[in-house]
Amino acid sequence: MRANPKDVNTGVYYIDGDVASGYGALAAGCKFVAGYPITPSTEAAEAFARIAPKAGAMFIQMEDELGSIAAVVGASWAGVKSMTITSGPGYSLMMETIGFGAMLETPFVLLNIQRGGPSTGVPTKTGQADMMQSRWGSHGDYELIALSPDSPQELFDYTIKAFNLAERYRCPVMIMSDECVGHMTEKVVIPPADEIEIEPRRFYAGPKDKYLPFKPDEDLIPKMAKAGDGYNLYISGLTHDERGYPAENGGCQSVYTKRLVDKIRLNKDKIIELKEEGLEDAEVVVISYGISSRVAVRGIEMAREEGIRVGSLRLVTVWPFPDERIAELAKKVKAFVVPEINYGQIAFEVERCSHGMANVILVPHGGAGVHHPDDIYNAIEYARRLEGRVEGVIEQKTRLERLVFEERIKLSE
Amino acid sequence: MRRLMRADPKGVLTGVHSLNGNQACVEGALAAGCRFLAAYPIVPAIEAWEWFLERAKDVGATFIQMEDEISALAAVLGASWTGKRSMTITSGPGFSLMMEHLGLAVMLETPCVIVDVQRVGPSIGTPDRPAQGDMMQARWGSHGDYEIIALSPSSPQEMFDFTIKAFNLSERYRVPVMVMADREVAHRKEEVVIPPPSEIMVEPRRYYRGAKSRYLPFKRDRDFVPPMVDIGDGYRFHVTGLTHDDRGYPIMTEECQEYNVHPLVRKIRRYVDEIVQVQEADTEDAEVVIISYGAPSRAALKAMGEARRSGVKVGSLKLVTVWPFPDKRVAELAKKVKAFVVPEMNYGQMVLEVERCSHGRANVVFVPYEEKGFEDDLLSAIRKVCQEKKVREGIIQYHG
Amino acid sequence: MTVLKAVKSRVKHPMDNLLRMDRIPHIWCPGCGIGIAVSAFAAALDKAKIDLDKVAIVSGIGCTGRVAGYVKIDSFHTTHGRAIAFATGIKLGNPEIKVVVFSGDGDLISIGGNHFIHAARRNMDMLVICVNNFIYAMTGGQVAPTTPLKAYATTSPFGCVEPPFNIPYIADSSGAVYVARWTALHVRRLTNSLVEALNKRGFSVVEVISPCAMYYSRINRLGDGLDMMKFYHDNAEIKHGEDTKNLDIGFQTKIIVGKFVDRERPSYLESYNRWLSEMKDGTP
Repeated sequence: MRANPKDVNTGVYYIDGDVASGYGALAAGCKFVAGYPITPSTEAAEAFARIAPKAGAMFIQMEDELGSIAAVVGASWAGVKSMTITSGPGYSLMMETIGFGAMLETPFVLLNIQRGGPSTGVPTKTGQADMMQSRWGSHGDYELIALSPDSPQELFDYTIKAFNLAERYRCPVMIMSDECVGHMTEKVVIPPADEIEIEPRRFYAGPKDKYLPFKPDEDLIPKMAKAGDGYNLYISGLTHDERGYPAENGGCQSVYTKRLVDKIRLNKDKIIELKEEGLEDAEVVVISYGISSRVAVRGIEMAREEGIRVGSLRLVTVWPFPDERIAELAKKVKAFVVPEINYGQIAFEVERCSHGMANVILVPHGGAGVHHPDDIYNAIEYARRLEGRVEGVIEQKTRLERLVFEERIKLSE
Repeated sequence: MRRLMRADPKGVLTGVHSLNGNQACVEGALAAGCRFLAAYPIVPAIEAWEWFLERAKDVGATFIQMEDEISALAAVLGASWTGKRSMTITSGPGFSLMMEHLGLAVMLETPCVIVDVQRVGPSIGTPDRPAQGDMMQARWGSHGDYEIIALSPSSPQEMFDFTIKAFNLSERYRVPVMVMADREVAHRKEEVVIPPPSEIMVEPRRYYRGAKSRYLPFKRDRDFVPPMVDIGDGYRFHVTGLTHDDRGYPIMTEECQEYNVHPLVRKIRRYVDEIVQVQEADTEDAEVVIISYGAPSRAALKAMGEARRSGVKVGSLKLVTVWPFPDKRVAELAKKVKAFVVPEMNYGQMVLEVERCSHGRANVVFVPYEEKGFEDDLLSAIRKVCQEKKVREGIIQYHG
Repeated sequence: MTVLKAVKSRVKHPMDNLLRMDRIPHIWCPGCGIGIAVSAFAAALDKAKIDLDKVAIVSGIGCTGRVAGYVKIDSFHTTHGRAIAFATGIKLGNPEIKVVVFSGDGDLISIGGNHFIHAARRNMDMLVICVNNFIYAMTGGQVAPTTPLKAYATTSPFGCVEPPFNIPYIADSSGAVYVARWTALHVRRLTNSLVEALNKRGFSVVEVISPCAMYYSRINRLGDGLDMMKFYHDNAEIKHGEDTKNLDIGFQTKIIVGKFVDRERPSYLESYNRWLSEMKDGTP
C-alpha cells in the first residue's frame, strides 16, 4: 500500500534525527504517540506533538514510561498505529509491557534514543549499551525486531520500516537509535507519498463468529481485529489458546507461546537487512551498527590507505541477529572487528556466530562519546597481524582507557 | 586476606527441616545476616515472604510490603545503605519492573540480593508453572553496560546454600546478586540441613576505616571494589546514579564515563575465576556433556546415569553461577567432547552461551522443556548427537 | 579577581557546614526558586537543632532532583520518581535517621505519584519537600501534572488541556500529617514550616511554588524570575487551615499558601513496632 499523502511532508529538510523520526512515524501512518519526557529523546516527542494535530494524529504525555507504553499497546488494539519514544531509564521501565506487547502480538514501535548508562548515567550524551536489553530485557521467552539507524535520513526511513515490520509480524519493533544520531542535523529527503511503501494492518475479514484472535495463518502470524468492531475480543497476557482464553498448561505453552518465538526465527531471512561493502576479498571485516558505523568508516579508510583489505558489515536489523551470514564470513576472513559504545554486547554475538573460525576483536567505548577512528584503525591493523585463532573476544585497549587509567587525566567538565 | 565472619546465631535455624525452596531461601537469607525484605505479592514467590514475616520477629528483621516491585527494590537499596543486608523476592513480571533499579544498584554499587522465582512468560504467562525464561534478562535486563552475578539453585537445600553465597558475593563485589530460582524448586518440599552458625561463613561488609575527612565513596581498592560506610555514621557522603567520580559527584564527560563504568565491568570480569562455580560429574572421559542449571539439572543427572548404564560416556556440568558464564571451562571441554546437550525450561537462552564458548569445536544440542519432563528427551538427544559425524554449525534443535 | 579570592578565603559563609561548597556553582538557572528552597531547608536544619549526621536526603531526577548533591548530609540522587521508595528503605533500615525527600512536582507527583500516596497512607516517617515549578524543566519544558489549564509547554504547544493536580489535597486525602505550601518568596515562613515539619513524626509535605524563569515563564511570556516573585507578592494569599480542596492553582491565578494540615496519627514505625511487641507477647 502507498502512504497517505496527507501524512507525508514531502520535501528536502535540514533537520535532526529526532524530528526526522517524527516525520517518519507520520508518513508510516502513525496516529498515536504516548511518551514521557526524558533526555535525549524529548525532541522526538516534541516534534511529534507539534506536527501531529495537522495530520489528525495525537500525542499524549503520560505520567511515566510504564503508562506511556501501556497506552501505546491499548491504542494499537484500537486499530491505530502507535509508537512510544524513550531513552535508557525509561526503556528499563517499559520492560514489563514490552513482554506484554509481545505476548498479545501487538504491533507497535518503540524508539529508544540511547544514552550513557547504566542507571542515570550521562543523560545528555550517547551510548549503545541497551542492545542486549532490547533482545532480552523482559522476562520469559519472546522474539522481536530491532533496527539501528545511523543518520537522520535513516531515522526517517527506518521508522517507516519499523512500522511496516511491526504490522507484518505483529510484534513490537525497536528502533535502537542513540543520542548522536538523534541530535545530528543533516539533510533529510522525504519522498512523495506514492514512493513510500506502507504495510497495512492485516485485519480479519471472515465471518464474525468464526474469528479466533490467535489462530495463525501459514506464516505463523494471526490476523487482527480491533476493539469496537463487535468481535467480543478477549485478549490476555496470560498464556492463551487460539481464542485468546487463558490456558495455563504446558501443552498450550509449547504450542502457542513457542509460536511467538518461531514466527520471527522462521521468517528471519525476510526480516534481516544488512549493508555490506568490500567483503569480496576482505581479510578483516568491521561489524558495526548505528553511530559507530559512521566512525568506523574513517577507521576503514585509514586501514585501506595502508593496503589492508577491510570490509564492512553494517547491521541495520540487529535483532534477529544474522547468524548465518556471520558464520559464512567467518570461514573466509581472518578476523572481525566490532566497535560498539559499550563494553561488549554484539561482539559476544559475533563470537557466538563465528564458531571459532575467525578472531573477534572488540573496540569498546563506555559511552558519552564516540570512538576515535584511530582505535578502530588500530584494531584492524592488529587483527591483520594476529596469527592463529584466539579463543574468546579480544578487548582492544582504547585511547580513552589509556588516558583515564594510565595517564590519569583530571576528571572535570 | 579477606576475613570471613561466622554467622549471627540469631538468624540460624540449625537443624534438619522439611522446607520448600521459598522457605529455605528465606532461611539462607536470615543465616547470611539479611535483616530487611521489601516485596510485592506475586505468585509463585509469595510463600517466601510469608515465611520471612513469620520469622522476622524472632530474628529482629524488618519486612515491608511495598506498593509495587519498583519501590520494593528501591527500598532494598535504601536499607542496604543503612548497613542492613537486604533482599527482595519476586517473579517474572515483578523482575521486569525491577530492571531500572537493578541498574541503580549497579551504579551505586549497592550490595543486595534479588530472588527471582521464575514462572512461565512472557508477560503474565502462566503464574503457577515453572520456567527459566528470565536467564538472559538477569544479565542484560537493565539499560547501559554492567556485569552482575547470578546463581541458579536446583533444590531447597541449594536455595538455602546459594542464598548465603549470594549475600556473600554481593558484599564481596558490591553488586546486586540474583538467585534465579524457579517455581519447581521454590515449591518443592525437601529436607534441608541447616548447619550451626559456627559453620556458616559470612562475608562482612567492607567498611572504610580511614580518616573521616578523607572518605571518598567511590575510591576503589586495588580489586576495583570501593569500601562502604553507613548512612548516619557522619560521613555526609553523596551518591548518584549519574556518572560520577571518586567523590560521588556527577561529571558528564566520556573520560568520567570510562573511569566510572569500566571498573563496574572489570570488577567482575577480572575475578571471574574466583566467582564462577560449577559442579562437574564424570566429565573426565565424557563424550557428551549435559550442561544444565536449576531444576533441569536433576533430570540431567538421572539421564547421565541412564546413558552411562547403556554405555554412552556422558558427563554433567551444572552451573552454580550462571553469570558470569564459565566461558573458559566450557571452551576447554569443547575441545575434548563431541557434543554438549543443554536442557532448559525456555526456548534457548543459556544454550546460546554454550554455543558461543564452544567455538565450533563441539556440537550443541538444545532440549526444550516438554510436559513429560526432560529425562527421555535428554536420552534420545544424546543418542542422536552421538551419530553426528562432524560438528554442525549453530545450535541443533531437538524435537521430541 | 584576586581581591575577590582573598575575600572569599577569609569569609566563611554561615551555610558552609550545610552545603557542599566544593560543588558550587550549582546548575540552576538565574531566577530559579530551587536555590531559595534549598537555603530555606538549610536554615531549617540549622534552626531545628538536629544532628546533621543523622539526616539523610533523597532526591529523584530533575532540576530539584539535583538538590541532594548540594546539601552536605548523607545524600542520595536516585532514579526518577522513586525517591520516596528509596527513602522508605533508609527509614526502615535505620529508624534513627531523619529522612528528607527533596524533589520536584513531576518526579514526586507524576512518575512517583503512586509512591507518594502510599507513603502518605502508611504515614511513613519522612519529610517531603516538593518544589513545584509547573513544568518539566530539566528536559526542556514539557507539560507537568501541575501545569495549569491553558498554560503552554513544549508538549502542549496549543495550551494545556489536562487539569492539574492540587498537591496539598492529594497529600491531605492520602493521610499526610503535616501539609503546607509556600512560594519561593515566603522564605521565612517556609523555613519555619520546614522546622515544624522536621520535628513532626509521620509523613509531612511542604510544597514550594517556584519560578522557572527559563522554561515556564519564557514559554508563557511571564517575564523573568523577579517578575514571578512580584506576581507571588501580589497574588499569594495566606490562609492557614484552609480546606485543601480549595487549593487549586490556575494559570496566573491567586495562590493560596499557608499551613493546611497539622494532625497526629500513628506513624508507620510506631504501628510496626506496636505490632512487633504484640507478636512477641503472644497476642495475635
